[in-house]
Amino acid sequence: MSAAVLAARGLRKSYGPLEVVGGVDLTVSAGECFGLLGPNGAGKTTILKLCLGLIDAEAGDIELLGEPVPRRAREARARVGVVPQFDNLDPDFTVAENLVVFGRYFGLRARDIEARIPALLEYAGLSGRADAKLHTLSGGMKRRLTLARALVNDPSLVFMDEPTTGLDPQARHLIWERLRSLTQEGKTLVLTTHFMEEAERLCSRLVILDRGRIVAEGSPRALIGGHIEAQVVEVHGPGVERWMARARGLAPRVERTGETVFCYAQDVEPVLASLRGQSELVYLHRPANLEDVFLKLTGRDLRD
Amino acid sequence: MSYGKLLAPPVLSLRFVPVWRRNWLVWRKLALPSILGNLADPLIMLFGLGYGLGAVLGTMQGTTYFAFLAAGFVGSATMYAATFESLFSAFSRMHVQKTWDAILNAPLTLEDVVAGEWAWAATKALAAGICMLLVITAFGYASVPRALAAVPAVLLVGLAFAALGLTINALATGYDFFSYYLTLVLTPMMMLSGVFFPVERLPEVVRTIATVLPLYHGVAIVRPLLAGQVSAAMLGHAAVLAAYAILGFYAAVVLTRRRLTR
Repeated sequence: MSAAVLAARGLRKSYGPLEVVGGVDLTVSAGECFGLLGPNGAGKTTILKLCLGLIDAEAGDIELLGEPVPRRAREARARVGVVPQFDNLDPDFTVAENLVVFGRYFGLRARDIEARIPALLEYAGLSGRADAKLHTLSGGMKRRLTLARALVNDPSLVFMDEPTTGLDPQARHLIWERLRSLTQEGKTLVLTTHFMEEAERLCSRLVILDRGRIVAEGSPRALIGGHIEAQVVEVHGPGVERWMARARGLAPRVERTGETVFCYAQDVEPVLASLRGQSELVYLHRPANLEDVFLKLTGRDLRD
Repeated sequence: MSYGKLLAPPVLSLRFVPVWRRNWLVWRKLALPSILGNLADPLIMLFGLGYGLGAVLGTMQGTTYFAFLAAGFVGSATMYAATFESLFSAFSRMHVQKTWDAILNAPLTLEDVVAGEWAWAATKALAAGICMLLVITAFGYASVPRALAAVPAVLLVGLAFAALGLTINALATGYDFFSYYLTLVLTPMMMLSGVFFPVERLPEVVRTIATVLPLYHGVAIVRPLLAGQVSAAMLGHAAVLAAYAILGFYAAVVLTRRRLTR
């Protein structure tokens, strides 16, 4: 195991009576893609801000790239890139100006930044757009520019807060591909997401957060293997209620959300057998995924 | 955040310079409307009132009313330029565009950002004051050396009102919030600071109030300087402006901390 680039112990943060982060420990090793998963309000963004030294914790220790945070957060941030949840590019600037101005915040000289711009734009799929005005870019292009901006100081660690929220599938796949190329370059990624597919594809290791606490930790495979039955059958249609009563004897775990029944089991053959001949019921048989683990651990209730 | 951290004196670094340069780059793109906006209003007022009222009033404190008013308008134009930049423009960057959030992800502290905005608003105020001085000089109401002598005073007025503006900015809930400051603080201040008429004519109570207003002290330096007079009292006026600038900046840092780093 390589050295930890981010280590946090016993992080706590409250807003008034509301405990947003309630004792979180994290260790991220160099070269990992580490995921923070959780429903809205689980404390993901707050944890990122704590790690960057932007807000103060009530308790806990943070070390980022060997620097104690928040005391030496400035020094740590010099070697970190951040993709915020909402794009905050400069609307008055062109694509290239956004990169130059941001690079200057790191103390880089304009000449050195300008030398890096072609490679950054190529990386972001924005070659030839250096002089484009910001309002001419699509949402996906802005997101990629934000990603390129986060790399302007050649950081060894990049924090990403919901990097693909609000993007269409094409744009999302392109971002995923770009992020994978970053880990291949040896950069460490820490990302928050509530897209299970994103976490499953990208993260080598992740934690699932709920109400400010870690409820599970491991690789996506290990979490699926350790927390949930391997097979799922989703059933809906008229008469599903009557059928559900029977299904309870056929699978170890049967759950219902609205009009859909979920049957989890290592062997779902008995469930499938009982569905054959039930022509009015529609069903889908699939392997369990991270979303099933997530819903099992964090519940199916809305979090707004 | 503990009170100790909240109230800690700001640690300043040269990292504020890139923030200033960012605003400068934006301003360069919008320079013409910005200059017109800063200058047209005070100049129209100056020429309208200066010539119009001046014809009725004749002289004021031994000089033409136009020259009297012009010196006052150097102060008020500087005040308004610093104020608009540190209220509306800074609020856009802080709250609407989230430019400050982006900057804070780089190795800058909140102090650096507030200091950069402070320096920038003071720079714009300085530019507005210098433009007024140029016009006054061009029309023969001040000599070049006298106008130059007034430049440091203009900078002090700019720093004081930029700091006060950033304090209000840190408290603002929206653009409408600034109306309170503009109508309840700045407009009466303009009336009581000797811009349009000498404060000496006012009742004693009002005169006492006037002496705590930063614009009063700015005008009290600029007007004699443009008339070629220098006195030790100017140091006292400058000290009041410097105190407004320094304490205002400190208040802006503390209130912005409270707003953004909870």
